[in-house]
Amino acid sequence: MFGISIDQLLFIVKGAGWTLVLSAMGFVGGALIGLPLALARSRGGRALKAITGLYVQLVQGIPLPVIMFVAYFGISISGFDLPALVAAGLAMTAYAGAYLGEIWKGCIQAVPRTQWEAAECIALKPLQRVLYVILPQAARIAVAPTVGFLVQIIKNSSYAVVIGFFDLTYSARVVNNSTFRPFAVFTVAALIYFAICYPLSSLSYRLERRLARR
Amino acid sequence: MNQIVRFDKVVKSFGAAQVLRGVSFTVERGQVAALIGRSGSGKTTALRCINGLETVQGGELHVCGREMHASGVDLHALRKEVGIVFQSYNLFPHMTVLQNVTLGPRKVKGMARDQAETLGMQMLRKVGLEERAGYYPEQMSGGQQQRAAIARSLAMEPKLMLFDEVTSALDPELTGEVLRVIESLAADGMTMVLVTHEMEFARSVADQIVFMHQGVVWETGGGDLLDQPATPELRQFVGNGL
Repeated sequence: MFGISIDQLLFIVKGAGWTLVLSAMGFVGGALIGLPLALARSRGGRALKAITGLYVQLVQGIPLPVIMFVAYFGISISGFDLPALVAAGLAMTAYAGAYLGEIWKGCIQAVPRTQWEAAECIALKPLQRVLYVILPQAARIAVAPTVGFLVQIIKNSSYAVVIGFFDLTYSARVVNNSTFRPFAVFTVAALIYFAICYPLSSLSYRLERRLARR
Repeated sequence: MNQIVRFDKVVKSFGAAQVLRGVSFTVERGQVAALIGRSGSGKTTALRCINGLETVQGGELHVCGREMHASGVDLHALRKEVGIVFQSYNLFPHMTVLQNVTLGPRKVKGMARDQAETLGMQMLRKVGLEERAGYYPEQMSGGQQQRAAIARSLAMEPKLMLFDEVTSALDPELTGEVLRVIESLAADGMTMVLVTHEMEFARSVADQIVFMHQGVVWETGGGDLLDQPATPELRQFVGNGL
């Protein structure tokens, strides 16, 4: 097909599998950082807001490929020899954490202040207010933008190619190096990225519309 | 301890605006006190000070034997004893009515689910909503939502109930059904402080009427206060209100 053998196609698909693995790492890691970050950014004290704000500014002010380099070489300088997967996973976690934190901060702030008050006034403790009253409402608001951001994570995981991580972009490049059919090879890679992302982004739109109708 | 609430020269400002400028009045156990006055007279702020939603900056405020003006007052313990109902209901939209009502008893008082639900149904019966237990707030009228909010507060078995303009968002018919619930609570002997614009209701249900004006208690007295205002300010307010 377009001068690409089945084996080569399977090789590219294998890369796509690693793209999904890295994206999942980024999303799970990012969520673990993002949730406390969102709470700190929306409800924390001044010092906590300043520190977490600095983190967000830092991550948002550095291009993702540079974060990848820093994670990969920074950690190997300090004596640990990390596989690219770990470095890329850490970089994606830092990146997704900052952005998910900002997205979710907005969702928490979208829950009316009066809900905090009502929860406080039936004597719920701060953590209980968050768990039983605020987060369930914020989560509903967060679903659509979170799924939307998942698409960004998947696409941006391709930057891991700069530290030699074997993903969809990397495997396509390898196949291209042996076939010299860049247009065909990268079109296949593009189609696979699209096939992964399109269902997610259309799901995000649908969820957004459903929420708006409420 | 017969005085459930005692304001003594309470002062409160928001930035440069002094909202309470030395408020003093008391509410005894079993009494119903109605705070009336124009918008901006400080009555809602005074009410919110009672359960610590606003902090007092000067003077003394005693609520259920606690010193609200002191630092380190245990708000968590206070709120188990003081319920509040808001103008905009503030029910939890992601929970059914029964879940709204049982959340406090279950999570704060550690009641078992079935025990809390028995209590919750009892409270819903009190406000005439037992058939609506499984409804979500958005499926109910404003009056039903407000009665559910009252049941949510009652389920904590408070010693004192606060009502902050609870009928202001309701049309006259729905206002009636909420006021009847408050009347029945008064008949049960519940101590209540209500901020209200319903003058007829204040006259009929309140043991004490507190007229606030420009951040102080301008006039106070029984239900007949509205018939014989001593000050021109209250006379004018009543004249416009009725």
